[in-house]
Amino acid sequence: MNIDELSLSFGEKIVFSLSALYGRYGYSQYKMSKFEEYDLYARNKAFLISDGVITFTDTNGKLMALKPDVTLSIIKNSKDEEKTVQKVYYNENVYRTDKGNGAFKEIMQVGLECIGRIDSYSISEVILLACKSLKAISESSVLDISHSGFVSGVIDSFGIPEENKARVLKCISEKNVHELHTICSDASLSEEKINALKSLITTCGAPDEALPVIKSAFEGLAETGSLTQLSAVISALSDDSVKDMLRIDFSVVDDVNYYNGIVFKGFVEGIPTVVLSGGQYDKLMQRMNRKSGAIGFAVYLDTLERFVDTKNDYDVDCVVLYNESTDLLSLSRFINSLILQGKSVTAQWEAPDGIRYKELIEFFDGEVTEG
Amino acid sequence: MKTMLNVALPKGRLGEKVYAMFEKAGFECPSIKENSRKLIFENEEVGVRYFWVKPSDVAIYVERGAADVGVAGKDILLEYEPDVYELLDLDIGKCRMAVAAMENFRDDTHRTLRVATKFTNIARQYYLSKGRDIDIIHLNGSIEIAPILGLSDVIVDIVETGTTLKENQLQVFETIVPISARLIANKANYKFKEEQIEKIVAEIAAQGKA
Repeated sequence: MNIDELSLSFGEKIVFSLSALYGRYGYSQYKMSKFEEYDLYARNKAFLISDGVITFTDTNGKLMALKPDVTLSIIKNSKDEEKTVQKVYYNENVYRTDKGNGAFKEIMQVGLECIGRIDSYSISEVILLACKSLKAISESSVLDISHSGFVSGVIDSFGIPEENKARVLKCISEKNVHELHTICSDASLSEEKINALKSLITTCGAPDEALPVIKSAFEGLAETGSLTQLSAVISALSDDSVKDMLRIDFSVVDDVNYYNGIVFKGFVEGIPTVVLSGGQYDKLMQRMNRKSGAIGFAVYLDTLERFVDTKNDYDVDCVVLYNESTDLLSLSRFINSLILQGKSVTAQWEAPDGIRYKELIEFFDGEVTEG
Repeated sequence: MKTMLNVALPKGRLGEKVYAMFEKAGFECPSIKENSRKLIFENEEVGVRYFWVKPSDVAIYVERGAADVGVAGKDILLEYEPDVYELLDLDIGKCRMAVAAMENFRDDTHRTLRVATKFTNIARQYYLSKGRDIDIIHLNGSIEIAPILGLSDVIVDIVETGTTLKENQLQVFETIVPISARLIANKANYKFKEEQIEKIVAEIAAQGKA
């Protein structure tokens, strides 16, 4: 089967190229049902990006949901692996509410998950694939990396009062130095600790430059072990062009109740929202009674809709008009000959209103007249 | 060609003050001072494009990436919770979000408190944190008359000097949060225009300290 590349949308091309990419790294496709028992999401509501879930009652009375998320279903169906890693990828539609108007949206999502014995190599491979996924969309893209365990560990060890922890995390995610200062001063944190926390916001950039600064700002703290892991993962990346698109940025904060390790978000120049998001979520695995580790990411294909200007000047190349006296066999042959020339054709009795075409061809009585 | 930095300014006096800060920071655009009905102004030489928008819309322009940076009141950021970076407190447009009521108001805690406000999210979160049961009445303006007419027990609104409240026999009972104008940035665009944005942040922060 030959697929005409021109007939594919940019998003569809990305789906094909990412599926092929993940396949080459030994990931197998994970196909799943559109529905899942609602209970799965009710138990892990905070993990979902949006609150809304479309529910309905199954024929046997069970409350079901249209999948708002893929990861939970994959974990639910996974087995604990001690020595190996189960590597899967998916391209699935998920159903979520839109933040702006609260209406449900169908979103095409491509992503991958690694479940089992997650070591620095597995993490490094997932980061490599995240970078390559972004590059498939655009050369001008960046992957911001942070470490959830490090950030939450620092906040815990600094003795920030429980009621303020979420506010401090929010300030870090907003790069909000002024409010971080106020909250920490009110909590009577030492100037030294406040400055160290501020450096989490102000230090971002290439790993080689940013990581040493952060390490020295938090010197002596046990949590810096996480930074050593982060360095190890980054240095295990074999592709230099990928290394150039990595940036350390601790404003990437995901729910610390689920994510324990490295977390990352991908951005593409020209797209105003996050395009790719992922991380290591061992804590979610534990909540779902699994012993294995896990890491994965998702690419939000709905964000690509307006990225490439696919505006066509014409709806069709040729409009071929025929009437009751036209010989149908010669009409069919004529249309085939145009298609063989690589043109798109619509046969009509008269040109439809509002259609934009390059050529109008009258094919009456076996004769061609161009309009 | 220089990459253009798109800046959403809030229409009005606050916006003019903000523009003055940007101008001082080296991002001048003389055409903006000409008296005209135009809404977009650019200076290709320094690589900046300004546009005037309704103050409550600035966060939307920035969150959706039509503007790279913008200036919005903390009230708007708390109410709509846009997913943006909040890079700087500009220390201008200062006021506070407060609970006000008639001077003789006494909170009757065994009844649901009726709260009239434009800022329903802020009011809801504030009373949720206090565990108080409330009935929110969303109004779009002239909030002050709600307690006078018995429509609500209290109002949650922005208080600047308190003159309007006083003239309507109202007074502030609690301050929820201090408000001022904040410099915000689109998270994705920040990655690709970091140098320009950080230059503005540094220059304007230095103006505040001077």
